Amino acid sequence: MVLSVTPANANYVFRALSDPTRRAIFEELTRQGEKTVHALTRYAGVSQPTVSKHLTVLKRAKLVRHRRQGRETHYRAQPDALAPMADWLTLYGAFWHDRFDRLEAFLERMEP
Amino acid sequence: MSNPAAESPRTLVVERVFPHPQEKLWRALTEGPLLAQWMMNNDFEPVLGRKFQFRTEPVAHWNGVVDCEVLMVDPIQRLSYNWGVGGSDSGLQWVVLWTLTPAEGGTHVRMEQSGFRSDQQAAYQGASYGWQKFFGALEKVLSGGTS
Repeated sequence: MVLSVTPANANYVFRALSDPTRRAIFEELTRQGEKTVHALTRYAGVSQPTVSKHLTVLKRAKLVRHRRQGRETHYRAQPDALAPMADWLTLYGAFWHDRFDRLEAFLERMEP
Repeated sequence: MSNPAAESPRTLVVERVFPHPQEKLWRALTEGPLLAQWMMNNDFEPVLGRKFQFRTEPVAHWNGVVDCEVLMVDPIQRLSYNWGVGGSDSGLQWVVLWTLTPAEGGTHVRMEQSGFRSDQQAAYQGASYGWQKFFGALEKVLSGGTS
């Protein structure tokens, strides 16, 4: 019950967010809405090819999506893709609520 | 109880007031045989640095073992331990923190499970370490790195 967090996309999501720069890019997009690769490069303080590489990883995890407009590519966050992260909360949430119930019942029969 | 998902995707909080004295709650949380009655079989002892395990029925993707180490024992108030699933190096690591406070008609019990190490040493190392380790480890488990 405790560790069956295995949706198909989960690996990509966790891998994508295990890198601090990618996490920063994702969080920035979550806060700011849409941003161009140029703007993200300025924000992240690393080279544009590096940012593009990070964006590819985020895209594969479906954490961001992009659209082209003229010569610029715009990215936006897709927070729904964070669902696998929510899964451990759900699983452990159920686990702990169950244990709290058991604790409550146990306290009733425990010596004072 | 609170809604942890709204605050942070990394922390889970479960709270409840039990109509029992704080000392009794502390015993239920820290005496191995009592703990086994409602939590899981264990070899827990409330000693700082004590390594112990919770054991339950194995299921798919999990051998039923939780590897723990006592991080904090603050009698009748706070208890904290690591919560590791799937091996100490390659598995998932959480920190569980129990906080007991007197409440009207009993004791308020708060359980916080977090992906960060909340002890001082890790705070010194920086929060990104905990996050990274957490996700790095989770990734390994999800890709079948453990039994």
